Amino acid sequence: MNKKTLIFAAFLAAGTGSAAQAETFKFAFQGSLNGLDPYSLNETFTLSSLGNAYEGLTRRGVDLAIEPALAERWEIVEPNRWRFYLREGVKFHNGNDFTAEDVAFSIERVRSEGSDLTTRVPADAKVEIVDDYTVDIVLTGPNPILHYEWDTFYIMDKDWTTENDAVKVTSASDTTPNYASLNANGTGPFKIVSHEAGVKTVFEKNDGWWDEAKHNVDTVEFTPIPSDATRVAALLSGELDMVYPIPVQDIKRINDNAGTVALTGPELRTIFLGMDQMRDELLYSDVKGKNPFKDEKVRKAFYQAIDIEAIKNKVMRDLATPSAIMISPFLFSKSSEFERYPYDPENAKKLLSEAGYPDGFTVGMDCPNDRYVNDESICQAVAAMLARVGVKVDLNAQPKAKYFAKVLASGGFDTSFYLLGWTPGSLDSWNVLSNLMNCRNEAGEGSPFNLGGFCDDKIDELSGKVLTEIDPETRDGLIAEAYKISHDNAYYIPLHQQGLAWGVADNIELVQRADNQFKFRFINKN
Amino acid sequence: MIGFATRRLIQALIVMLVVALLAFTMFRFVGDPINQMVGIETSIEEREALRERLGLNDPIPVQFLRFVTKAAQFDFGTSYQFRQPVSELFAKRIPATLELSLTSALFALVVGIPMGIYAGLNRESPISKLFLSVSLVGISLPTFFIGILLIFLFSVTLQWLPSFGRGETVQIGSWWTTGFLTISGLKALILPSITLGLYQMTLIMRLIRAEMLEVIRTDYIKFARARGLPDRLVHFRHALKNTLVPVITITGLQLGAIIAFATITETVFNWPGMGLLFLQAVQNVDIPIMSAYLLLTAFLFVAINFIVDILYFYIDPRLRVGRP
Amino acid sequence: MPYVSNEEVSAAVQDRSNEQPPAGRVSRILDSDLFHSFLRSKITVVAAIATLILFLLSFLAPWVAPHNPFDLATISILDARVPPIWQEYSDPRFLLGTDDQGRDLLSGIFYGMRISLIIGFCSVIAAAVLGISLGLVAGYMGGRVDSFIMRVADVQLTFPAILIALLIDGIAAGIFGGVDREFFAFYILIVSLALSFWVQYARTVRGSTMVEKNKEYVQAARVIGIPAVIIMVRHILPNVMGPVMVIATINLALAIVTEATLSFLGVGMPPTQPSLGTLIAIGNDFLYSGEWWIAIFPGLALALLVLNVNLLGDWLRDALNPKLR
Repeated sequence: MNKKTLIFAAFLAAGTGSAAQAETFKFAFQGSLNGLDPYSLNETFTLSSLGNAYEGLTRRGVDLAIEPALAERWEIVEPNRWRFYLREGVKFHNGNDFTAEDVAFSIERVRSEGSDLTTRVPADAKVEIVDDYTVDIVLTGPNPILHYEWDTFYIMDKDWTTENDAVKVTSASDTTPNYASLNANGTGPFKIVSHEAGVKTVFEKNDGWWDEAKHNVDTVEFTPIPSDATRVAALLSGELDMVYPIPVQDIKRINDNAGTVALTGPELRTIFLGMDQMRDELLYSDVKGKNPFKDEKVRKAFYQAIDIEAIKNKVMRDLATPSAIMISPFLFSKSSEFERYPYDPENAKKLLSEAGYPDGFTVGMDCPNDRYVNDESICQAVAAMLARVGVKVDLNAQPKAKYFAKVLASGGFDTSFYLLGWTPGSLDSWNVLSNLMNCRNEAGEGSPFNLGGFCDDKIDELSGKVLTEIDPETRDGLIAEAYKISHDNAYYIPLHQQGLAWGVADNIELVQRADNQFKFRFINKN
Repeated sequence: MIGFATRRLIQALIVMLVVALLAFTMFRFVGDPINQMVGIETSIEEREALRERLGLNDPIPVQFLRFVTKAAQFDFGTSYQFRQPVSELFAKRIPATLELSLTSALFALVVGIPMGIYAGLNRESPISKLFLSVSLVGISLPTFFIGILLIFLFSVTLQWLPSFGRGETVQIGSWWTTGFLTISGLKALILPSITLGLYQMTLIMRLIRAEMLEVIRTDYIKFARARGLPDRLVHFRHALKNTLVPVITITGLQLGAIIAFATITETVFNWPGMGLLFLQAVQNVDIPIMSAYLLLTAFLFVAINFIVDILYFYIDPRLRVGRP
Repeated sequence: MPYVSNEEVSAAVQDRSNEQPPAGRVSRILDSDLFHSFLRSKITVVAAIATLILFLLSFLAPWVAPHNPFDLATISILDARVPPIWQEYSDPRFLLGTDDQGRDLLSGIFYGMRISLIIGFCSVIAAAVLGISLGLVAGYMGGRVDSFIMRVADVQLTFPAILIALLIDGIAAGIFGGVDREFFAFYILIVSLALSFWVQYARTVRGSTMVEKNKEYVQAARVIGIPAVIIMVRHILPNVMGPVMVIATINLALAIVTEATLSFLGVGMPPTQPSLGTLIAIGNDFLYSGEWWIAIFPGLALALLVLNVNLLGDWLRDALNPKLR
């Protein structure tokens, strides 16, 4: 490289630098945006980010209500036939028209091998193209929540995907990079103009967007910053306009700092404790020959030994809402009918004595240390609280990769006592029932995330009814009944709904949705 | 000579193979990659199918053979997280790590050598003692802590220097990006280079001091002095020259260490280099990246060792007799 | 950082090897030169006293610490993040305040220092034993054995302590399944650190041995049929103890710092059994939120400990270097 080109390159960089400064919004998140294929990873941040470039038939608004997006409206024409009327005049970023062909293509692609979002559309559902802007989905049975997760089922351009040889979903076993994993072509309010995985992704405003733009930023720059301290420092020093999540202890500092403010709100994730109620002898305990968690008294003793208010105040610094059920109160109309068992260490000791453990026992506890807000601290606090009623907890806190490898089905549900968090992707209770509360076998068939493996036939029966019940009132009644059985038997020990905490510069307006999705179409920079 | 070089080359190859085996074995146990590659709601059947496609169910020797054959062709596979070839990811990250490493090595030399000379020549002066004490404090605090204190002081409190990243970079050629050509790029280099170079600086300073102390006592220097040569000339023409040989050797060897240990600095400053990529890979059980990183560092060290050995062979004739 | 060039150390070694090796020299040095040079250096005397106090506080932690931070039944989350005694909202029970779990920080530092020191000592001893043995064997036997051991050393050098810790951690987890970390972390750290440090001993000892074995007295011992093991241990080993002591002292400091770094990267001691490094790593998260004491006090304790040990190591190296006398 000769000197001339060097200087020219430097000049170019300076030029673009100043031009882009006009309305650039820079933010950081703890994780990275790994690939751009909208079907290859079912993970909140990936879907949230790609949702700025891609759009689904539906979308969710500020309050998470389902809104029309690429579909202007839809109706259930027959019990098993849904009809979607598509928005006309919508163009993909490359100029292609959006039509029914694209919807049919996307439905096939999202269900194909390698997709991580196959559950978005039932495998036996059929797609019928009525005309260019009308699509029918034919189901094999009634399903009132078919479109609940379609806000994150993004529509891709059939022609673009086919031309670039990206019809097959990007999979980790691919040896050559998939075009769709490195490029994006959606209909959304922002185009992805550059993407360097793990380093930086740049979004630019899509002037041809079909909806009226309420945002005023032209460029959005995303940088992943895994370290909490570095992320907070980058906000405090004014280098970034927004970072998330921020550690709860830094909320005050960010609020006290001139120019930044902490935005907090509830999240839909329920943090809870689970116990092995399936094995006849616990894997990690000094109790031999029997499983203490099969005894309802022991489970209730654990429940009542935990001072949830102390966890809320001291560990979570009030950024948590203690919870009596396994779903966020925002997502279930009858949640106010439930109340936590009170904190009562005396009664806990009494229950343990009655169950035959007057001196308590030892149990191993599994806990992630980089997955949920203050997960390890919560576990430590729980261990200390249980120590006070005589139960000795051997805490095994690990990074999420190791933790999940151990406790999930793939690791053989290798746990006796664990902490887990759950957000129902569909924002609906059926997801909770079918994933966490139904019976399962040793291979995990049934409810795969019922790690403790408790089994209550009544709950199974109720969730079967919930799936097909159309009437909302009856449906909520059935759900409440199932939750009540879980509560009465203390199958789980729900702890709290964790809160969201984002750090934002003063001159930025944005919307913090309870599903922890960050949508650029709500950003305004003053 | 050729026989010696060939033997060393074969040894180096065996070393690389052993490293490859270790790397491979290690990563078999770090964690289940499948959990990182799919969402939490993916069914067990789909997980098993993916495992099969990735070849994770094949016998271990088959997997190892596949691994070595590919690695020898610089094919480290596709990253589980990024779904891009690892070699491409590394190519993008290498400039960041090299620029940081070189800057910090330069910092260590430019600051460390004069301090060492001074402390060596003026053994009892208070400033020398101060240098020594500061250098001791420098190696008594963990690197990550120094980095975080620097960020706290210069980025958050004073807001002088950026706390993370490389600033704006300029593309040179098809794959090199540099931060040397923009103001923000240069500013971004300051704190990480100091953090990374501090330890090397201490090392070089102490080494030069020790060498100077020894050289000054040699008859040869005493004789030069006795001849009435001016101090300055004695110190710099004769004494310093003699101390520089070990310094250069060690700096060369330390360059490899700097690159390997940039990992911690890169984590603290979110510097988009190979070290950060590696640590994130460890957290996400991204086996291809981890093995590639390990093999690359191993290669670097083995290569440097090999070169140093060959050089010694020329410099020190005794070795030619003593070795089989 | 977990690497050190001991070129400075080996410089001292090579010179010593030229001296005559009469028996019982170690004790004679302790009697005379070393001790005098010790008393001459005020800083060293202060460092030695400070080190002794820190060692005592750590090893007597169960008796001198006001609380037992490992007894879960006595700590309460309600006492979390109490500031040090001279600040507002402090609690007289906690002189230096508490951490995020409500553990007394002063007691935590005593106990943490104890863990750091035990890990440091154990790993240094393990590394020394391993390194000296391999170094003696390599230097004495020469040939293929020597080249094999030195190539193993090369392989080892390619793995920084962090990688070794990850490696051993991963293998332990693989072999023993999910047995709890609290129990393992301690041993994993010792093994990882020992494996990262042995090479220095091996290289130093090998160098001296190679020189030493060609000396007449060793040749003579060989001729009269004294077994190799005895020659190595009785005649060669005492001659290399000086530099080994220097390396060991410097390594102790290095081991403590490395352990802290490993904790920062998440493969160190777990927060339920915190070492000084873990305490700093925990405190780091509270640095911006105004709860500075959680990181700063353990940080100061660590710096103090390592600084004093390093000062002793420095002095030892200079004192043992005949050229500087």
